[in-house]
Amino acid sequence: MLAFDRPDGSTLVVRITGDWATGNPLPSAGEVETELSSGPGVRRVAFDAAALGKWDSGLLTFLLKVFDRCSAEGIAMEKSGLPPGIVRLLDLATAVPERKGARREAKRDPFLARVGAAAEKAWKSNRDTVTFVGDVAVAVLRMFRGKARFRRSDLLEIVQECGAQALPIVSLISVLVGLILAFVGSIQLKAFGAQLYVADLVGIAMVREMAAIMTGIIVAGRTGAAFAARLGTMQVNEEIDALKTMGFSPTEFLVLPRVVALFLMMPLLCLYADLMGVLGGMLVGVTMLDLGIMQYYLQTKAAVHLNNLWIGLVMSAVFGVLVAFSGCLRGIQCGRSASAVGEATTSAVVTGIVSIIVATAVINVICNVLGI
Amino acid sequence: MEPCIVAKELTMAFGSFVLQRDLNFTVNRGDIFIIMGGSGCGKSTLLRHLVGLQTPAKGQVLYGDVDFWGLEPEERERFMRRFGILYQSGALWSSMTLAQNVALPLEEYTDLDPDSIRERVSLKLALVGLSGFEEYYPSEISGGMKKRAGLARAMAMDPDILFFDEPSAGLDPISARLLDELILELRDSLGATVVVVTHELASIFTIGNNSVFLDPDAKTMLAAGDPKELRDGCPNPTVRNFLTRGEAGSAGK
Repeated sequence: MLAFDRPDGSTLVVRITGDWATGNPLPSAGEVETELSSGPGVRRVAFDAAALGKWDSGLLTFLLKVFDRCSAEGIAMEKSGLPPGIVRLLDLATAVPERKGARREAKRDPFLARVGAAAEKAWKSNRDTVTFVGDVAVAVLRMFRGKARFRRSDLLEIVQECGAQALPIVSLISVLVGLILAFVGSIQLKAFGAQLYVADLVGIAMVREMAAIMTGIIVAGRTGAAFAARLGTMQVNEEIDALKTMGFSPTEFLVLPRVVALFLMMPLLCLYADLMGVLGGMLVGVTMLDLGIMQYYLQTKAAVHLNNLWIGLVMSAVFGVLVAFSGCLRGIQCGRSASAVGEATTSAVVTGIVSIIVATAVINVICNVLGI
Repeated sequence: MEPCIVAKELTMAFGSFVLQRDLNFTVNRGDIFIIMGGSGCGKSTLLRHLVGLQTPAKGQVLYGDVDFWGLEPEERERFMRRFGILYQSGALWSSMTLAQNVALPLEEYTDLDPDSIRERVSLKLALVGLSGFEEYYPSEISGGMKKRAGLARAMAMDPDILFFDEPSAGLDPISARLLDELILELRDSLGATVVVVTHELASIFTIGNNSVFLDPDAKTMLAAGDPKELRDGCPNPTVRNFLTRGEAGSAGK
């Protein structure tokens, strides 16, 4: 604890006693200041720590504050009364002067500056996206000329990872979507005694739109996120820099196989989802609407035209490219920290799903105009 | 001399693969204890066993008279707060500023008010020569500064025992030497016990006053004691060879 002594008019002796460990209530430097300002003309401060028990950083911060105060007022200090360990630590703490210009002021930019910075950021992000799309397009052209450099085994691994390994979840979701469509439809159609048309409803909806959209969303959450996290981690570990310095283009080496893999696998997954969706609808039709399996099959066959199938498959191929683009773009743009990888992954999934929905709308408008 | 950490018949293994068996050594209070040995001998793994990140396959680690691995998990966790650990690459949390990195344990485990926490954080950063860098993120500072900031975080809770995993790896010779001096200074003034994993000979002789030498081929320790004495008078040629950078002759290999 603290006590004060004035052996003569101009000297103040600060007596530090007892335990100064965290957990005990510690006196504050304010007490010394009060003491300094109460008596007149203190020119020298000395310390007496003979009865000091345990101590930790609390004592050091206290002493530093006293020192600051004394040097501000031009009062001389004598550290000799302090234990040698404390003196050395205090010297160490004041040894390296604060680097000029290192400290940051928490300042808030004016409104216009913030708007400008945001606009500039948005412009840069758009430009990056366009550059990226251009790079990938060039890489695809080089691939057709047989000049793109990537490892075939990487491509096959990605194909397996985003194709075959996605089958269980695609089965589950597609069957359930088929079931849901059939349920919703049957309630309305039953009122007209037209249960049979559940097959038309499920068949056309699944094959033309739903299978592609649902697989697109599954793949965006599953594979797009994985691409972003993988490439982002490679960015953090400087693996992408290593590729660049060895003369490999990251776009060809990393992005191209992923785009190609998803472009090839998405239509296959979509075709599989078509089948599963129709099976889901059939399950409801047969068990709840008293339709025969053959009857349901023939009705579906009559309703679904090849056009519907093509539109679904083309859409899914487009979605595959979009998901691969957004995943790889966010991965490559990733910053160099753990939190940046998280942001890249989130952003990849959001971008993927948004672009899938927007693309669906665009494709539907085009089909409408073309009358198919 | 009062023993601070004692390893008894400590065996480290991954599944059935034994890394090191039957380690016996004592770290005294106030020691700077070096864990040394060639690459892949299990130096860092030994450190992980001492600080509670990995369970020994057999044997005991005693802190004073507490059997560390015999404690209940919650008690062990509380016990681990007495340690300060500097990881190889700093392991600063990248989403927090340096000040937040150092402040986190103080906010969580003490009832200090925000002002005293801020003062202590500034003190710790000043001790490692980083005053003024409170608001920087780890990604904005150099490797050497990350190490020093990691040290400031390790010291946040005024630990009795400091562990360093390869403190000078990746630092230039001058920074490495300054860090060594800082370690000595902290040991002398705080009276802490320091355990260092390293294979930098210069550091070993500058700071170490006690050590253990692990060998990957023998799968156990070959020697223990003051590294300078081991260099000059260890009967085992492998240890002498290591400590003289192979200049003691080819007898070791």
